[in-house]
Amino acid sequence: MQTLISPFVSHSLRLAPPLPRNSLLNNYHQASPIRLSSHFSTTSLRLFNSGAAAASRDSEMTTEDGKDPRIAKIASSIRVIPDFPKPGIMFQDITTLLLDTEAFKDTIALFVERYQGRGISVVAGVEARGFIFGPPIALAIGAKFVPMRKPKKLPGKVISEEYSLEYGTDKMEMHVGAVEPGERAIIIDDLIATGGTLAAAIRLLERVGVKIVECACVIELPELKGKEKLGDAPLFVLVSSA
Amino acid sequence: MFAVENGLQGDPRLKAISDAIRVIPHFPKTGIMFQDITTLLLDPVAFKHVVDIFVDRYKHMNISLVAGVEARGFIFGPPIALAIGAKFVPLRKPGKLPGRVISEEYELEYGSDRLEMSMEAVKSDERALIIDDLVATGGTLSASINLLERAGAEVVECGCVVGLPKFKGQCRLKGKPLYVLVEPSQFDELTL
Repeated sequence: MQTLISPFVSHSLRLAPPLPRNSLLNNYHQASPIRLSSHFSTTSLRLFNSGAAAASRDSEMTTEDGKDPRIAKIASSIRVIPDFPKPGIMFQDITTLLLDTEAFKDTIALFVERYQGRGISVVAGVEARGFIFGPPIALAIGAKFVPMRKPKKLPGKVISEEYSLEYGTDKMEMHVGAVEPGERAIIIDDLIATGGTLAAAIRLLERVGVKIVECACVIELPELKGKEKLGDAPLFVLVSSA
Repeated sequence: MFAVENGLQGDPRLKAISDAIRVIPHFPKTGIMFQDITTLLLDPVAFKHVVDIFVDRYKHMNISLVAGVEARGFIFGPPIALAIGAKFVPLRKPGKLPGRVISEEYELEYGSDRLEMSMEAVKSDERALIIDDLVATGGTLSASINLLERAGAEVVECGCVVGLPKFKGQCRLKGKPLYVLVEPSQFDELTL
C-alpha cells in the first residue's frame, strides 16, 4: 500500500491495514526505499517522551522525498555475527538495535501503531528476547504482558507445551489464569526462524481459548519457512533477512 | 532507599504495586517465599505505575544506559530506557550474547554463576542504571555493577521493584545507591 503525502499537509494517523504475509520488504536491510502507509508519524516519540499510554493521533511531516526511513534504519542497526552459536549460522544480533535509541524506539512504535485500538488485551512474549520487545508494546496499547518461559521458571501452576528442536525437544510454559478464553492476543519474539517456538506459544494460548490476532517479530528468516508452522495465525515482521 | 523514604510516602501507586505481586511459598525450594511479579505484569495499570515511578526519578539524571539482568530485568529495563532516551543493555547468562563479551563471576548459595555483557555496550563517559525485579543478596547486582565499571561506565543507581527490608535507609551496594519500590509482599492463603 502506498500513500503519497505532501510535505505540507499533516494527516491524522490511520492504523495500517493488515499487511499480507511476507510483504515485508525482502530487501529492507539493503536500505531500499520503501513507502508504508500511515507510518510517517513521530507519534511514538511523543508517546515515550511524555510517558503517556495513549498516543496522540497527529502526525508529523514526511521527509521531502516521502520515504519512511524507520525500517531501513532498524534493519541497518541489526548486527550479523557469522558462525554463532555454531558454524554456518549467521546470527541476527538485535543487541545493537537496543543500543540505538532511535532504532529501538522506532521498532516499538511500528508495532504499537499496528496493534493499538484493535481490542488486543494480551501481549505474549517468548523468553528471553521477547521479554525486551513485548512489555513496551503491552504498556503502550494497555494490554497485559504474559511471559512464555522455559520449564520450571514460572512459579505456581502452569500449562506446558512441547516443541521440536533441531535435535530433541524443549518445553514452553505459561501461567494458568494469565489469560482468559476470548481474549485477543499478539505473540512477540525478536526473530522467527523455523517457527517452532512461536507455534508452541500459539498452541498454549489457543488451548485456553485465546484468539491469536498476529505473531510479530523484528526479523524473519524466510528461507526457513517458519510462517508455515503458524497455522491460521498471520505473521508480521519488520525486516526479512534472506 | 525505599520509595516511601524518598518522597513517595502515602503514594497509592506503591500499594497497588505491592498488591499486584503474588507470593508463592516454597519456590524454587522449601522456605523461600517467592515474590512473583508476573501478576503485576497482568495488571497494566500497576505495571505502568512501576515504570512511571522509575522514569520520573531518572529522566533528569542524564542517564545514557539502562542495564537489565536476564530475564526479569529484560521486562522492566527496556520500558524505562525507552522513556528516558537511554540505550538498553542486556546482561546475560554465559554463551547467550554473540560477539565479544566481558564476563563476571558471582557467588550463589551453592557454587557460582557468570554474567556477561557485550563489549560494544559501553562507550566512554556513560551514566548507567541497573534494573532488576528484586534484590535479595545483592550478588547479581554487584556482579552487574562490576561489569559496567570494568567497561568504563559510571553506575548511578540500581533500581528494583522489590527489596528485602535490610536495604532500607542509605543502604549501598558496592558504594552505589539502591532504590527500591516495595518490600516483599506477604503470603495470603486466600489468594492461592
